[in-house]
Amino acid sequence: MSTTPAAAEFKRDATTLTKDLRHRSLIRTALKKYEIARDSKKALFQDWQSARQTAAEIKWDAINHLDTHLADFARNLEARGTRVHWASNAEQAREIILTIVREKKASAIVKSKVMTGEEIHLNEALEKEGFEVVESDLGEFIVQLRKEPPYHFVFPAMHLTRGQISETFAKELGSAPTDSPEELTMIARRVLRGKYVTADIGISGANFGIAETGMISITENEGNARLTCALPKVHIALMGIEKILPKFEDLALFLPMLGTAGAGQTLTGYNSMYGGPRQPGETDGPEEFHVVLLDNKRTTLMADPEQRDALHCMRCGACLNVCPIYKNVGGHTYGTTYQGPIGSVITPHLRGLQQWKHLSFASSLCGGCTQACPVKIDLHHHLLQSRRNAIAQRPVWWEKIAFRALSYLFNHAGLFSLGMKLGRIGQIFHPLVKATRIDPAHAWTQSRELPKVAPETFREWWQHRK
Amino acid sequence: MKITLFIPCFIDACFPKVGASAVEIFERLGHTIEYPQELTCCGQPAFNSGYWDETREVADKVLVRLKHSEVVVIVSGSCGAMIKNFYPQLYAGTGQEAAAKALAAKTYEFTDFLVSKLGVTDLGARFPHRVTFHDGCHGLRELGIKKQPRQLLAHVQGLELIEMSEAETCCGFGGTFSAKFPMISSAMGENKIGSALETGAEYIVSNDSSCLMHQQGLIDRQKKPLRTLHIAEILNTR
Amino acid sequence: MNDERENILGRIREALRLPAPVPGAHERQSAHPVSEREAAVHIPEWLPSVGVTFEERIALFQKNAAELKAQFVLLDGAEQLASQLREIAAAEGWKKVATHANELAECAANSLGLPVVRTDSGYDVHELESCDAGISTCEALVAQTGSVLVTSKSSGGRALSILPPHHVVIARREQLIADLPAAFALIKAKYGPENYPSLISFITGPSRTGDIERILVLGAHGPKKLTILCV
Ligand code: SF4
Repeated sequence: MSTTPAAAEFKRDATTLTKDLRHRSLIRTALKKYEIARDSKKALFQDWQSARQTAAEIKWDAINHLDTHLADFARNLEARGTRVHWASNAEQAREIILTIVREKKASAIVKSKVMTGEEIHLNEALEKEGFEVVESDLGEFIVQLRKEPPYHFVFPAMHLTRGQISETFAKELGSAPTDSPEELTMIARRVLRGKYVTADIGISGANFGIAETGMISITENEGNARLTCALPKVHIALMGIEKILPKFEDLALFLPMLGTAGAGQTLTGYNSMYGGPRQPGETDGPEEFHVVLLDNKRTTLMADPEQRDALHCMRCGACLNVCPIYKNVGGHTYGTTYQGPIGSVITPHLRGLQQWKHLSFASSLCGGCTQACPVKIDLHHHLLQSRRNAIAQRPVWWEKIAFRALSYLFNHAGLFSLGMKLGRIGQIFHPLVKATRIDPAHAWTQSRELPKVAPETFREWWQHRK
Repeated sequence: MKITLFIPCFIDACFPKVGASAVEIFERLGHTIEYPQELTCCGQPAFNSGYWDETREVADKVLVRLKHSEVVVIVSGSCGAMIKNFYPQLYAGTGQEAAAKALAAKTYEFTDFLVSKLGVTDLGARFPHRVTFHDGCHGLRELGIKKQPRQLLAHVQGLELIEMSEAETCCGFGGTFSAKFPMISSAMGENKIGSALETGAEYIVSNDSSCLMHQQGLIDRQKKPLRTLHIAEILNTR
Repeated sequence: MNDERENILGRIREALRLPAPVPGAHERQSAHPVSEREAAVHIPEWLPSVGVTFEERIALFQKNAAELKAQFVLLDGAEQLASQLREIAAAEGWKKVATHANELAECAANSLGLPVVRTDSGYDVHELESCDAGISTCEALVAQTGSVLVTSKSSGGRALSILPPHHVVIARREQLIADLPAAFALIKAKYGPENYPSLISFITGPSRTGDIERILVLGAHGPKKLTILCV
């Protein structure tokens, strides 16, 4: 494989982390808990498979008629006083948000979890202009204090132990060290309470956008998004254009599927739909509500019909949670906004196939992700297709020669037999170089023994037998 | 029935007993075996690496040679999935698409063939050992094979099957992935072997020798008290 | 930025010119296609089952609430409600509560003899924040999930149910509904298509987080306690 900087970094970090047994067991333990909860909640469904199929069909309809749904969505939002903005790329989205923030002369901004915000590097842009931005989701708050990107797009601080979190809080907030998750949570609660009450602007993401009624839907457990959308005078929601669901009642299916697949809860703590700023006769809520619709190459992905279903994703994280690659290399190794299988599928579309194709090769194609996905995205086959597309576009010359030669060998059984005989001789001398740099099988033998060519191959056995 | 046996390249070279066991089992059941010696490989390594033109060079020959076979049986879930699921994709929109689909329809993985097609679950085998079963991902998820090998093992005298906690988790072989990302592949394999060891089994049994080749390589290097064995070899014991 | 709207919609239309494979086409067990209209009929059959009678459903709600670590108390009439509330207030030493204009909620709150903040017509956030409890009504209780369905129109605005550390919900028995599809149907029938409240929220248990080692902690940002009093 030709090596790009992103690929080199991936390999380097994967090498370090796969050797880190403490990290491996931390992630496995955390995800084991998830798995048990998910299985028990999945079992409550009367028919999970039909639910999955219907969810896939609803999303299929949403994406394959996105132009009409999106226009409806915007029109319905605007009818009730929401300002809808359209951003073709990250820069435009940042500029739209910065313009609102500048105009309000905001002193403090509170954010609930916004993965699209990570995608467009919103915090950096706001901070560069001197605005204070506070992440309110506990996990996001922790990684923000540590100046790290989220480790997992649902569980951002999953890689940290309570000890590490306590240290971070002690250093950044001056709190007394503690190893109680409860106390740590309360420290964050106290700090963030102050922020909510004073913030001028709340920024949120959106898990779904309902075309029929013109609403965004936000799923969360902590109540931080509820507060973010209740107290500040201005609420800005940033959402990818693919988040659309056609009908209000589609949520009756999607909310429990998201909760179950994503967190092992039938419903997460708060599932809230926002259809506008404070309406006449209402007592509170923001005076202004802005929805920023972000394309940022989603239409590029859409133009590939084979992989278009990747836009069905509701970012539940189930595919990460079952992914043996994710469990061993961890979330930061990907170097992407969206980690795990879905990240490996969409990143090449969003950020360039040649630069990010290594992610499609970094998979055993086991299909665990596809089986787990509640909206039936054909994840692992998309990785296979991306490999094909990347190679068709730009083959690696030595691989091409090797596979040509191999094809020739495989098509000439006599040569193949001869090859095996040579292998039998070769393996006598192999111990001399085994697992060293000059071992032609080094990639295999650095950690494993090589299988031996049998004294009698199958075809030899067959010939002798007749 | 005349059964055409497709022997994948690495089974031919390194695990001939797997193929030989399959031959003996089918013959005992009264079937005739045909072994097309000019076929060596299904083309999966090139396919999974993105080289589909090169894959077709190999697969073309398979399509032609197996055209008139009655049924084709493969002793590997992974190569079975290649022919059953991926050949039709490889040839989608080409003149050979129909041929690929026809071949896919008459191709079976070994345990699936025994149980679903021949209706045999008891082969009179005897293997007095504790074993755990590894579901190869391609057999499990591409072909939906889960019950069949367990039904076969349940009838093996003296055999005690203890399921491991992560039976359905990939062992990390993944074909060329194991050489492109050996560190990830090996870490995954270590987890797998760890969970097999927890069962106290003497053998990891599977219907896929490719996974076992990787696992055995790790076991040997780390000197773990475990062995790997293809299910055909167990079913061929007396 | 209006031209970006046209640019984006144009790119979408362009991208959609090639059709995508049907959903679930890659799955082994061939999936039965369902139309949108059919889906709406079937969704209740696929979601977790909810029982048929009121007793079964109230028992399910009770079980879900307990699992979510919410308190659920079934009461007989306004009198019992007031005394139950007084008990909680005394046990937790409440000094100030918040509520909104609603016969049930107000009546119960007033019976406490404590200072009461009303969120109906402009309130001070700091004042609301300093309340020990927010007492609100709801749109419905959802048996299937143990959720309380609130809206900005029925439950004293957006903040009352989320800002004070203890959220007390006052519900009537007839507000118990079976499942999520029924909840969406209810909101649609009551407010659609023009008068939807600006906030519609399913509250499922007290505020919670698992962000530290996936260990459950209650009261991450919202209420640490959720009590549902049903008369
Ligand atoms: S791809 Fe599927 S499983 Fe993965 S996050 Fe998206 S919806 Fe969830």
